[in-house]
Amino acid sequence: MNDNLVEINDLSFAYNSRLLHKGINMRFPRGKVVAIMGGSGSGKTTLLRLIGGQLKPTQGEVRVDGHVVHEQSRDEIYRMRRKMGMLFQFGALFTDLSVYDNVAFPMREHTNLPESIIRDLVLLKLNAVGLRGARDLMPAELSGGMARRVALARTVALDPAIIMYDEPFAGLDPISMGVIVNLIRSLNDALGATSIVVTHDVHETFSFVDYVYFVSAGVVVAEGTPEDLRASEMPFVHQFVHGEADGPVPFHYAAPDYRQDMLRGVNV
Amino acid sequence: MDRTTLDLWVGIFVAAGVAAMIGLAMKVGNLTSSNLGVTYTLHAEYENIGGLKVRAPVKSAGVVVGRVADIHFNDQTKEAEVTLNIDTRYHFDRDTIAPIYTSGLLGEQFISLQPGGGEDNLKNGDKIGKVQNALVLEDLIGKFLTNKASESNDKDKKAE
Amino acid sequence: MFKRLTIGLRLVGHRVIDRIWRFGSATRFFMYTLVLSGESLRRFHLTIREIYFTGVLSLIIILVSALFVGMVLGLQGYNTLQKYGSSEAIGVLVALSLVRELGPVVTALLFAGRAGTAITAEIGLMKATEQLSAMEMMAVNPIARVVAPRFWAGVISMPLLAALFSMVGVFGGFLVAVPLLGIDDGAFWSQMQANVDFREDIVNGVIKSFVFGVTCTIIALFEGYDAPPTAEGVSRATTRTVVNSSLAVLALDFVMTSFMIGV
Repeated sequence: MNDNLVEINDLSFAYNSRLLHKGINMRFPRGKVVAIMGGSGSGKTTLLRLIGGQLKPTQGEVRVDGHVVHEQSRDEIYRMRRKMGMLFQFGALFTDLSVYDNVAFPMREHTNLPESIIRDLVLLKLNAVGLRGARDLMPAELSGGMARRVALARTVALDPAIIMYDEPFAGLDPISMGVIVNLIRSLNDALGATSIVVTHDVHETFSFVDYVYFVSAGVVVAEGTPEDLRASEMPFVHQFVHGEADGPVPFHYAAPDYRQDMLRGVNV
Repeated sequence: MDRTTLDLWVGIFVAAGVAAMIGLAMKVGNLTSSNLGVTYTLHAEYENIGGLKVRAPVKSAGVVVGRVADIHFNDQTKEAEVTLNIDTRYHFDRDTIAPIYTSGLLGEQFISLQPGGGEDNLKNGDKIGKVQNALVLEDLIGKFLTNKASESNDKDKKAE
Repeated sequence: MFKRLTIGLRLVGHRVIDRIWRFGSATRFFMYTLVLSGESLRRFHLTIREIYFTGVLSLIIILVSALFVGMVLGLQGYNTLQKYGSSEAIGVLVALSLVRELGPVVTALLFAGRAGTAITAEIGLMKATEQLSAMEMMAVNPIARVVAPRFWAGVISMPLLAALFSMVGVFGGFLVAVPLLGIDDGAFWSQMQANVDFREDIVNGVIKSFVFGVTCTIIALFEGYDAPPTAEGVSRATTRTVVNSSLAVLALDFVMTSFMIGV
């Protein structure tokens, strides 16, 4: 058996003929929590969609449990996704269903379990995220942190082998953030799953993940354990970890010379 | 919303909709009266059918006894061949006359069956012998005008 | 001058290609919805739920409009028919206009405004908040689970709504003609029944409303599914639903009417 549940080999992906990824290689070992970090717009979320088979790579491949994702038929991709869970950036709860029905949704769609067992399972999952009491609320009545936790309960409803998190900390207060950090780690270890966390929150991430990939300009610029990276002297990693405005990632979007640009409007 | 109330509302809606459809068919449309049941066919040939259309009523003494089933042009006789579906409950003798009338001055045209008092009844597929063409308004006006003209000619001659 | 002309022509060409392309993807979307309809028919409570939102919630606007349209038809018809001394034919006029044209067409236009926009906004928002993506990642096909039940709900609701519209409209015409204008009750109904044909008028009206149901619902669903996932994108898609549905309904009405009358 391969040690890596998910492998990304020499992957390139172009969106509207703009190359977003240029030959990316990543390994996600079983049972580990791995973070993919990078600035906004560096195509981190796209990587998750490539793993989930929602997008096709332009070149290279994604292997999940040894199978090349984009070579699978539609049915096989759907079967594969049943072993995956993905937590979307803002939870993506179904707004027309209650908290209870949201968590029950994947069970009702994919199993023929009787309603009494579904009830037990839903309450179990909701209890794990501490929201058993909120089961009758509608998503609109939840705070951002609660919605994220409900979404997490839904994500792990079918005990997936791979859990993907898309910016799980975006827009959360420190308390909710801490709660989510604990949940990601504990759910991963309890389910024996493999977690992939896409984020740009350095400090929270470094506190609980096993391995980190830094992505910038479509390539992996650095990788290693949090300890390695914190000590790293690489300019990009240093800039990112310490949150400096300018550095290898420029503050300015590519533009002509400022002086020239200003003078152009003046009729000399 | 509760599943049972939702189901109830949808049930009410569908029942009302179906009832409206049946209501339209029965109360507004002529589904009840146009169903002739079992019919037999008769044929008739006209020189001019005017504005007669397929499914136009066939009446006798003002009661609908059948409908026009088919109209087409016979190239040999240069006449219009009309096929009538008549309810099997009604029988007409061989001397029956079948004129085309207009309901009102500008209304729809229909075929009237006027019994003639003959011995045998017309059977399925028979041809009605005596017909009378549709009254064409233009012809009528034309006739009226020529009559007037000849009348005034006569008057002129007398005056001379 | 020449340059400006080419720019103009290119713009026209671009728009035409864009329209055709969108029409093509809408057709594919329609086919896809039909192919994936099995689940919404097997688990029919999904569709029943949507019938509530598209059909039952449109009832008020449909019934009230129908009553007024019928009453206006009664008044206008009486005014004109009286000049020709045939005010008894008012029942025929009201019933034929409703059953043949106004019932299916006005219902479809109201449906596009009431239910169509709601469908587009809902699906557009589900897309914008990644609910559809989330569903896909849960190995649930959003077309089968979200689009198809709404499609069948629309297709089922529209003919029922149109029939209710015609029926209530005829009743509105009756209210004006008989108690208000004093036309004979018997003449009103008998003239109507003698001149409204079941197959030619009523069945054709139902066929029309069925076609409008398919058209309006699929346009609303497609615009929502195709909307850019932003607030602006969704609001534009909603507008497009109303405009495109209305144009499609009126154009299809002309085509179908010409076939039915047999020009």
